[in-house]
Amino acid sequence: MATDKPLTKNIEIGRAPFDFKQYEAAGGYESVRKVVTLAPGDVVNLVKDAGLGGRGGAGFNTGLKWSFVPAPDGGPRYLVINGDEMEPGTFKDRLLIEHDPHLLIEGMITTCFALQAQTGYIFLRGEYTVCEERLLTAIKEAYDNGMLGKNILGSGFDLDIYLHTSAGRYICGEETALINALEGKRANPRAKPPFPQVSGLWGRPTVVNNVETICNIPGIVNNGVEWYQGLGLGDFVGTRISGVSGRVKNPGCWEVPVGITFRQLLEDYAGGMQDGYELKAFLPGGGSTDFLMPEHLDLPMDPGAVQKAGSRLGTSLIMVLDDKTCPVGCIRNLIKFFAHESCGWCTPCRDGLPWTEQMLNKLEDGTGSLKDIEILKEMTGYMGIGNTFCALAPGAMEPLQSGLKYFIDEFEAHVEHGCSYSKQ
Amino acid sequence: MVKITVDGKVLEVDESKNLLEEVLSQGEDLPYFCWHPSMGSVGSCRQCAVIEYANDEDECGRLNMACMTSPREGARYSIEKASKFRAQAIESIMINHPHDCPVCEEGGECHLQDMTVMSGHNYRRYDGKKKTHTNQYLGPFIGHEMNRCITCYRCVRFYKDYAGGTDFGPQASHDNTYFGRWQEGPLESEFSGNLAEVCPTGVFTDKPFSKHYVRKWDLQTAPSVCTGCSVGCNTNPGERYGTLRRVVNRFNDEVNGYFLCDRGRFGTGYVNGDERITVSMTRTAHDVAPHLASTDEARAQLQAMAANGIGIGSPRASLEANFALKELVGAENFYAGISANELAMSKQILDIYRSRPVNIASIKDIEASDAVLILGEDVTNTAARLALALRQSVRNLGKKMARDMKFPEWQDAAIRQLTMDRKSPLYILSAHATRLDDIAARVEIGTAADSARLGFAIAHEIDSSAPAVHDLNADEKAQVTTIANALKEAGQPLIISGTGAMSQALIAAAANIATALNDGDKKANLALVSAEANSMGLALLMENSSNSLDDAIASKAKAAIVLENDLYRRAPGSSVDSFIGSLDQLAVLESLKTRTGEQANLVLAAGTFAETSGTFVNYEVRAQHYYSVFKPVEAIRPSTFWLSDKKLSELTQSCADSISGGEGIASLTPGAGFSFSGMKVPRQQHRYSGRTAMRANINVHEPKQEQDEEGILTYSMEGVSALKDATVFNTAWAGGWNSNQSVFKFQTHTGGALKQAGHGHCLVQSTATEKSWSDLVETEKPDGDFEVFPLYHLFGSEELTAKTDAIKEKATSAYIAINQADAGKLGLQASDGVSVEHNGAVPYIIRSSIAPGTVGVPVGLQGLNFRDLPAAIALAKAADWTSPSEWQAGNIIVSDKAPVNVENGGEA
Repeated sequence: MATDKPLTKNIEIGRAPFDFKQYEAAGGYESVRKVVTLAPGDVVNLVKDAGLGGRGGAGFNTGLKWSFVPAPDGGPRYLVINGDEMEPGTFKDRLLIEHDPHLLIEGMITTCFALQAQTGYIFLRGEYTVCEERLLTAIKEAYDNGMLGKNILGSGFDLDIYLHTSAGRYICGEETALINALEGKRANPRAKPPFPQVSGLWGRPTVVNNVETICNIPGIVNNGVEWYQGLGLGDFVGTRISGVSGRVKNPGCWEVPVGITFRQLLEDYAGGMQDGYELKAFLPGGGSTDFLMPEHLDLPMDPGAVQKAGSRLGTSLIMVLDDKTCPVGCIRNLIKFFAHESCGWCTPCRDGLPWTEQMLNKLEDGTGSLKDIEILKEMTGYMGIGNTFCALAPGAMEPLQSGLKYFIDEFEAHVEHGCSYSKQ
Repeated sequence: MVKITVDGKVLEVDESKNLLEEVLSQGEDLPYFCWHPSMGSVGSCRQCAVIEYANDEDECGRLNMACMTSPREGARYSIEKASKFRAQAIESIMINHPHDCPVCEEGGECHLQDMTVMSGHNYRRYDGKKKTHTNQYLGPFIGHEMNRCITCYRCVRFYKDYAGGTDFGPQASHDNTYFGRWQEGPLESEFSGNLAEVCPTGVFTDKPFSKHYVRKWDLQTAPSVCTGCSVGCNTNPGERYGTLRRVVNRFNDEVNGYFLCDRGRFGTGYVNGDERITVSMTRTAHDVAPHLASTDEARAQLQAMAANGIGIGSPRASLEANFALKELVGAENFYAGISANELAMSKQILDIYRSRPVNIASIKDIEASDAVLILGEDVTNTAARLALALRQSVRNLGKKMARDMKFPEWQDAAIRQLTMDRKSPLYILSAHATRLDDIAARVEIGTAADSARLGFAIAHEIDSSAPAVHDLNADEKAQVTTIANALKEAGQPLIISGTGAMSQALIAAAANIATALNDGDKKANLALVSAEANSMGLALLMENSSNSLDDAIASKAKAAIVLENDLYRRAPGSSVDSFIGSLDQLAVLESLKTRTGEQANLVLAAGTFAETSGTFVNYEVRAQHYYSVFKPVEAIRPSTFWLSDKKLSELTQSCADSISGGEGIASLTPGAGFSFSGMKVPRQQHRYSGRTAMRANINVHEPKQEQDEEGILTYSMEGVSALKDATVFNTAWAGGWNSNQSVFKFQTHTGGALKQAGHGHCLVQSTATEKSWSDLVETEKPDGDFEVFPLYHLFGSEELTAKTDAIKEKATSAYIAINQADAGKLGLQASDGVSVEHNGAVPYIIRSSIAPGTVGVPVGLQGLNFRDLPAAIALAKAADWTSPSEWQAGNIIVSDKAPVNVENGGEA
């Protein structure tokens, strides 16, 4: 009987992750044995049909992304795992890698076979030192047991996996900036087109996928499309790691069926708000998503449904804003982060974000003006989608623009009195 | 071509170009910063935003950067509808930009000023603190003021990506991005001066210019040609108050494009220098003190000397000046002021260009070449602009890969990412490592004779009817096959050699290879670098004569007229001494004090390039006219004035008539009779200020404007300004475009050829179809311990530029370069000097690439005259050695400089 928690079935907090033998005994590496008997193109189609959306935040169909890779021409091709996980409030990839590193490796082998890529890189957030240590051990075990290296399982397929720990920039989560960083260059995003699938790492066809995305692949290959689609609620497919941070009783992240509502996550998993705090608003999937309000709690946690409500599901790790925290201050903190993390390549982001931060600082200090609020509104259009080189600044504008929509009274009150929330 | 609509206007545009350059080409104004016609698009500044509509029904459209957009057939765009975004972009760019325009060198020719006005951002709303940075000392050429930076990345894209520099780059990130070196110090690239032109504002400025700064509109300017080497880059020098202030690039799509080297840009300070000769002097005998000679007296004395004397010409004097001297003394008494070997090489080059079925390569051709072989010419130091072009040529593999993948060519960053470090092949045969080794597929070290031998073998390998070379060993055979195959497979192969290695065999080898590559349809590119600005012009005047300086010295003449030439730089000192000693009379026409001039009876104050007009003929035998920028003090006259009664235009005409194929020379200028509606073109801008007050401290009466009877330019503000439609391009300026970016207003197409001003005129076109060959003349290995080969320094080896303060800071005095093992054998310690047989002692450096038994000796540096040395010399450790104060080892930027191992006396 296939599991209904394919991502976390081996995870038990407090116990060391499975080593190779334990992992294999629990059904691990089965997808590798299976995939080498299939045609690579069939695997791509399988993943496409499964409807697995990318888990890095954009939610693009993974199999479709793979299908843009041109036919092999004899030259190298790459799979790059985006484990940079620097989105504020997001900590799901860390759970997966720290507690079940072999799942990621198995997913990579299966994916590389589908892409006919002979090299895989894991680009890991530098601060994730436990992940680094456990991944290195797991990679070594995989080599020692013939799952990596030359002629895997006698199939004639070769694969090497390298772990690269980031020097630490938010922009490295952007796939083309990540590729530049991996090549040893400044982590600036690249112009698209060309897309990495055509000209990526070292100018060669490259697929960049999120950790969680790839952890879904073994299950899909082992159990098929129907099983995978059955994991979601109703019409929704699969499971995903969702979580909550902020003033809730039980913050954390859990593997949940796609399609549960925000309320279910917040109340059933996170235990509801801490005593004495009320939910004011929440960011549905990281610092670069628009605020949603309590009236949105019954929306299913699905990219389409969230988009209709004016936000993005993002990484689906929600950040709760309670009634005792200043929304202007909260946005100021986020903008400060994004302004600092701007790579400095394009003008609106590089120079617009620090100005935005400065105006928010003034509002918080009580030295802001209504004119500042007008300029802030203007900024959200100026740094909107399509106006900048990559999605960093438009993402940064999301909490601001929704904040200005939902909390405009509070912004204006800051002009009169500065911030009236107690700092705690 | 496709049809597009921009704000309702239907335009026909080239879909292989980006929308920005197409819109600019059609005369529209669209602001931009990061895009550059030579460097393509990267989409970082977001200033050229336009709205692109998906279809006829689309009313909102989406914002796109024009520089990152390929025009689509039938597509609709609006510049107008994106104006709000562009105003926002410039507003955020300006939040950190200082309000220092009044004290900024860029003010008045600042692209940022122009774009700010164009984008409609007038009032600052940002009321926070501005970001500040620490500036760096970047050497004598470039000033650094980072607070002005708008982070467009053009500097690094030029310096690193385009020019291959490694010591400068972007640092830090977000709004703290910093452009500089890892620590303070002189910029190492030979092309650093272009930073002042590519920077859209005043971050990187021309430092020597800053020391005697004036605004662009106060400069008197004229179209000129650089005299720094044989490339003949086009320049716009500017003058104020009688001093030459600066040199900027003058666009010529076939020669220098948008860029100059630092020798050309910063090497003209000698025009204002202390060593200038400002009056003519005469004396009756060598041991008598000279006295001032009036113009008439000086001319009369010169005429008298000419009656029974010889004339010695110069490769750095104009065609007209050489021709005037030749007419004055008679063709049989006219001697080229260069050694027999150099004259023979120049004539050999002319002969090759005429008789071989090859294409004489312009810089544009070099940039388009997809496989290159360089034979013994250190182009970075002898013809630097070629080295910059070669850096573009190796990118042709990447451009081909991009075409195959259907990326547009302007997608600069994408092409670099696709290509990574894959390059079109470039091979170098040289006596030492060069600055181009980093882009070379292979470097073979050997003497000129070794390289020539390999070259002949390559030609034979390509076409077996070319003379063969015997006794090649297996290694050499393999090299020959590799290089020959790469050249054969190329669509547009290029062979480069020149006179730098002083070897006729090497030039012959280059000619044979280029000839061999001709397969009927395909002509190989051939570029043979000559020694100086007018070496080829001099060769044209010497077609019926082989009179070299060696012959002049042996001529037993009693009187000699030397034109702009220091003979000590061209022949062994002892023979020049005895030649001058045997003369009764010596006249020297010169702009700077020289050793030859010191010994003359008559010194005539001659104008430099900035004060005279004339024609130079570059390495491709391209004749180019240069105009005087300003009138010097009365006593300084052009050499043509001293030598001839004819007007310059008459001299040009007679000279053109006397040269075979020279017809084009006379048509280079519109001539004295030319006018626009009765008016000439002013050298001074319409905003030229203070004209009437300039001399008010001397006399309140404004003197009559200086007259220029020669050409179509006037020394005045009056006339038809050379905006857009003038025939002479004396400064880049157009309405709303005050910076050098305005060049596109003068071009037929953005980045393309100029509308009216010519490219110069190539006097030789190879029409040969039959292959002919040179035979290999094997030279004996010279007797002596160390075989001497010449080294060149961009800063120091050229005579005139070396007398400029900024260049002196980058130069060094003479030294020798040897290999590590040889230094060990000589027992040299780090602090030692080397005594050179009969020639005193000099410092030394160790270069790992140099072959054992050979020694590199720099040409033209103070302290050791290359011309004094035989082909091979003995070296020894110098006794009682102290380094001269001019010795600046740090200024020698070579990749293979090895530290001296003190303990083991230099042994590795």
